[in-house]
Amino acid sequence: MLDKNGIAKRIAKEIKNNSYVNLGIGIPTLVANYIPQDINVVLQSENGLLGMGPFPFEGEEDADLINAGKQTITTLPGSAIFDSALSFGMIRSQKVDLTILGAMEVSENGDIANWKIPGKMVKGMGGAMDLVASAKNIIVAMQHVNKAGESKLLPECTLPLTGVRCVKKIVTELAVLEVLPQGGFRLIERAPGVTVDYIKSVTAGKLIIDSDVPEMQID
Amino acid sequence: MINKVVVNADEAIKDIQDGMTLMLGGFGLCGIPENCISALVKKGVKELTCIANNAGVDDFGIGLMLQKRQVKKMISSYVGENAEFERQLLSGELEVELIPQGTLATRCMAAGYGMPAIFTPAGVGTEVAEGKEVRNFHGKDYLMELAFDADFALVKAWKGDTAGNLVYRSTARNFNPVMAMAGKVTIAEVEELVELGELDPDHVHTPGIYVHRIFQGKDYEKRIEQRTVRTK
Repeated sequence: MLDKNGIAKRIAKEIKNNSYVNLGIGIPTLVANYIPQDINVVLQSENGLLGMGPFPFEGEEDADLINAGKQTITTLPGSAIFDSALSFGMIRSQKVDLTILGAMEVSENGDIANWKIPGKMVKGMGGAMDLVASAKNIIVAMQHVNKAGESKLLPECTLPLTGVRCVKKIVTELAVLEVLPQGGFRLIERAPGVTVDYIKSVTAGKLIIDSDVPEMQID
Repeated sequence: MINKVVVNADEAIKDIQDGMTLMLGGFGLCGIPENCISALVKKGVKELTCIANNAGVDDFGIGLMLQKRQVKKMISSYVGENAEFERQLLSGELEVELIPQGTLATRCMAAGYGMPAIFTPAGVGTEVAEGKEVRNFHGKDYLMELAFDADFALVKAWKGDTAGNLVYRSTARNFNPVMAMAGKVTIAEVEELVELGELDPDHVHTPGIYVHRIFQGKDYEKRIEQRTVRTK
């Protein structure tokens, strides 16, 4: 079983050279720490920055320079700043190659719910609806089950949707799964020490299992 | 050049009345019109509809207006990090319309570009789509979203000149340029008000034609919401 950093490490392997990537809040933010040094990746932050750098050194924080999670960050040589409309323009016109975000639920046809729990949580969708409606490729980083122990991979989402038929891949602490175009979660990899039977027991949606499911290779 | 300068925030907002619709620039607490918000709190106008990406935190930004119950309705994309907001929302004192962030920005942009509506895929198939016209272009569904109609836009820039030309700094730009274009009356507060000729025309982000009033702000706190650092 993976911890949060393990999930982030595994997702980092999905990032291709010379690509523009938007990282959501939570586990997706950690992915930045594991992007291989030998590839060129430009991180987009939807509040208006391309080329997000690491956190500033202590004492060098700039209140005017934050990411979409409102954390103080830095720019890099070659960074660009722009307004919110332009930021979502490049998202809508599919200039951003990959979106990595968290989820409360994903359905077997790729629907995602991550913005609202009626009567309980009313924080809002931020940029998630725009991102999932337009992204070329969406990877979800999440825990396999919720705090109540219920599967988050479902036949249909029960929470209000963020987007429909958009998730391509899911990485959890237990497995890597691909959402098939015709529906269903195809089990691609299992986390070290996790059995296929266990993954089956905590996946409520349709699970497609090949004869041999390899263990994830992460260091 | 037309001189847009007013003396201070109180003067700039003096004709904002109860029940009006305001746009407020900023992302989180970054790039918010701090002086205008303070002046609105002091003036005590009520029943406001506020279009802003976020609702501030409990004791800063729009949170200060929420504390004084000046806001009737918020139109935002993300409103976490504010306990008073959540309390007013769950108790029904505050009306909230949550909309996708790109939709929020683009509805501002549409107003500034003189376009009545835009089409976006954000929210198709979700509760955001309820009651909205859906149009199919090239095999994909889009929602029709209307341009905002705001009485005032309150924005914050880094520098501005007396003609209202504005330059923003870093990610404090965010919603400010699109909101500056969208208000029937746009008020800009700047950290540094400069004379004509001091801004390079090539570097102006918001042309002064969109700005009706400008003043040099004071005592900027520029609070940081999430101070994240690394060690040397």
